Amino acid sequence: MTTNQAATRPVRILIAKAGLDGHDRGAKVIARALRDAGFEVIYTGLHQTTENIVRAAIQEDVDCIGLSILSGAHMTLFPELLSKLKSEGAQDITVFGGGIMPKDDIVELKKLGVKEIFVPGTHTQDVVGWIRSNVPVED
Amino acid sequence: MSKSSNGQPPFLKSASHQEWRQKRYAAQVERRKKYASISFRDQPELVTPENGGAVDYASQLGFPGEYPFTRGVQPTMYRGRLWTMRQFAGFGSPEDTNKRFKYLLEHGQTGLSTAFDMPCLMGYDPDHARSLGEVGREGVSVATIEDMETLFEGIHLDKITTSMTINCTATVAFAFYFAVAKRRGLSFDKIGGTIQNDMLKEFIAQKEWISPPKPSVKLVCDVIEFCASSAPKFNPVSISGYHIREAGATAVQELAFTIADGLAYVDHCLSRGMEIDSFAPQLSFFFDVHNDFFEEIAKFRAARRMWARLMRERYGAKKDASCKLRTHAQTAGVSLTAQQPINNVARVAMQALAAVLGGVQSLHTNSMDETLSLPTEDAVRVALRTQQLIAEESGVGNIVDPLGGSYYVERLTNEIEAEAMEYIKQIDALGGMLRAVEEGFPQKEISESAYQFQLDLDAGEQTIVGVNKYTEGGEQEIPTLKIDHAAERVQIEKIKAFRARRDPVRWKTSLDAVERACVENRNVVPILIDAVDAGVTLGEVSDIYRRVFGVYSDPGML
Repeated sequence: MTTNQAATRPVRILIAKAGLDGHDRGAKVIARALRDAGFEVIYTGLHQTTENIVRAAIQEDVDCIGLSILSGAHMTLFPELLSKLKSEGAQDITVFGGGIMPKDDIVELKKLGVKEIFVPGTHTQDVVGWIRSNVPVED
Repeated sequence: MSKSSNGQPPFLKSASHQEWRQKRYAAQVERRKKYASISFRDQPELVTPENGGAVDYASQLGFPGEYPFTRGVQPTMYRGRLWTMRQFAGFGSPEDTNKRFKYLLEHGQTGLSTAFDMPCLMGYDPDHARSLGEVGREGVSVATIEDMETLFEGIHLDKITTSMTINCTATVAFAFYFAVAKRRGLSFDKIGGTIQNDMLKEFIAQKEWISPPKPSVKLVCDVIEFCASSAPKFNPVSISGYHIREAGATAVQELAFTIADGLAYVDHCLSRGMEIDSFAPQLSFFFDVHNDFFEEIAKFRAARRMWARLMRERYGAKKDASCKLRTHAQTAGVSLTAQQPINNVARVAMQALAAVLGGVQSLHTNSMDETLSLPTEDAVRVALRTQQLIAEESGVGNIVDPLGGSYYVERLTNEIEAEAMEYIKQIDALGGMLRAVEEGFPQKEISESAYQFQLDLDAGEQTIVGVNKYTEGGEQEIPTLKIDHAAERVQIEKIKAFRARRDPVRWKTSLDAVERACVENRNVVPILIDAVDAGVTLGEVSDIYRRVFGVYSDPGML
C-alpha cells in the first residue's frame, strides 16, 4: 500500500555525494535538517560511485535519494544514477537533487525522471515539505 | 580648553559611556532585538575607549612594515604597489584556458591564477573511469607536461606570477610548472608564483585528497623544503582559510584553523631539521572575505598580528620576513545568489573593499554569474573592473591602514585574535592540528556553524537580499558560459597519444625512481621534475601515492 502524509513509518532518505565533487556543506546541512524534521536519513559521505549509491539505497531500503552535485557533472551523474536504479528494478525510489545547475539542465533532468532540483537559497522547510507531499512511503 | 565642574570638556553631556547608554541610548527604540554578525558575534551599539576601543599603539599596532604588522606587511602598502589583481580561471582544455589567461592579461590583470579540473585535483588522468563527465568541467585539464606547456604558451614564467590551486597533486603540478621552466631555459630562482598545496584544509573543508593526513602533510612539506633551497621567489604553500569559511566556519574559526594548519606545517618542517628562518618567509596565506564588513577587516589585521607573535614567540623567528603574514583573498563565493544575480556585483564590491581595507596582497573578485556556472568573459571583466574602481577611484588605497585606531575595528581585532588564540590552545591540547584533523575536531566545529547559520536563515534572523527578503517572482536571466564538452574527448585522445609517444625506457626508469623516493621517505619534488619531463603523468604519480601512502576516504560525519 502506498500512503503519503498518513505514513506509519518515517520516510527513509539517502543523501548522496557522487563523483569527485567535494562540496558537502549543502548535503550535510540538508541531511541534518531532514533528520531534525523526523525523517530517517543516511549520508553516504563523499566521492561515491553511482553503483555504490544504488547499492546503499537498496540495502537501506530507502524511499528516496537526494543527490547533491556542485561540480558541473550533473548531466552525467543523474542519468547514470537513474539508469542504474532502473536496471536494479529500483526505479520506484524517488530521486531528487540539489546543487548549482543551469536552468536548461534542470528542465532536461526533470524530463529524465529527476523529481525535483533544489538550488542554493532554498529554505530547508521547503525541502521537508516537498518530501512529505511527493515521496510515497511503501509499507 | 575650559573644563566643566565634573572635569569633562563642556560639550560632553554624558560623563561616561555607561551614562550615555543609560541616559541617551536607552531612551530610543532599536530596530531589532538583536544585532549580530554573520559569524553570530554580538555587535555593540557603540565602541569607545571605555568598552574595548582603547589600544596601546606601540605594543598592539606598531607601524606598517614593522612587527607585529597589524597595520600591514609593507611600509608603503598600496602607495608603493597595488595589490595583485588575480582572477581565478580555468576550464576546458589547456588551449581554452590559455586563451582566457591572455584575455585577462590584456584587460589589465596583473597575475594569473589557475583552476584545475576535478580529475587533476583528485589524481586521475582524463581517461580514467572516475574522470568521466568531469574533464575540463570545473577547471582546466592538465595531466601531462605538454598540457602545462600549452597552458602557458606565450606567457613568460619569469615575468608573470601564477597561482595554482591544487593540493593532493600539488607536487605533480609544481613539477610540471618547473619542468616547463627548465625546458624554456629559465633558472628556478627566477620563477615567482604560488601553489596552494595545503592539505590540512582539504580534510577540514575542501575534501580533495588521495592519502591520509600524515603522508599528505609530508608531501606539502616536500614542496616547502624544495622552494627553501631552490626556488626562493615561489610560495610553496598558500595556507587557506577560504574553503574553511565557505564550508560554514565563522570568521574566528576560519582564522584559527588556518593559523593552526600553518603551525602544523611549521612543526613538520622543523622536525626535518629545517631552520625556521630558512622557510617561514615563503609561507603565504589565503583568506575568504565575506559579508560582514568590519569583521572581515579586523580578521585580516588580527591574522597578521597573531601569526607574527606566534612565529616570534613560539618559534623564535629572527627575520621579520618570517613573521609577515602575506595573503591572497577571494570574495565569498557562498555569499553569491542565483536569485537576482546582478546584485552579486554589489556584494562583491563591498567584500573587495573590505579586503583592501584589511591590507591583502592579492585579490580575486568573484563574478556575478558564478552560482550559475563558470563565469562569462563579460562577468569576469566587471569583477576585475570592480578592483580597478577600488584601486583608482575610491582613494582608499592612498592611506595605509586607514581604519587603524577606529574604536570598533581595534576592539574587533583584539577580540578576534583572542578568540582564535583560544582555539589554538584547544588544538595544542589535542596534540596539534594534524591530530585534531584526524579526530575531526575542526570539521565538527564547522558543521555546527554551517547548520546554525542555515537555521538562522530559515528563521529570518539572517537576511539574504533576494533570497529571504526583497524577493521577486520570475528570476532575472543573465547569460551564462556554455562550455564546449568536446574538451573531455580531446583530452582523452591527447593523453592516449602522449603515452604512445613517450620513450618507454626513460618513462619506466623515472616512474620507478618516484616510487622509490616515496618508499624511502625522501623529498619527491626534484625526482618528480625529472619524471614529468620523461612523460610520467599526473594519474601515474597519484597511483604511486595511493600504493605507497594509502587511500583516504570520507568518514561521512554529519
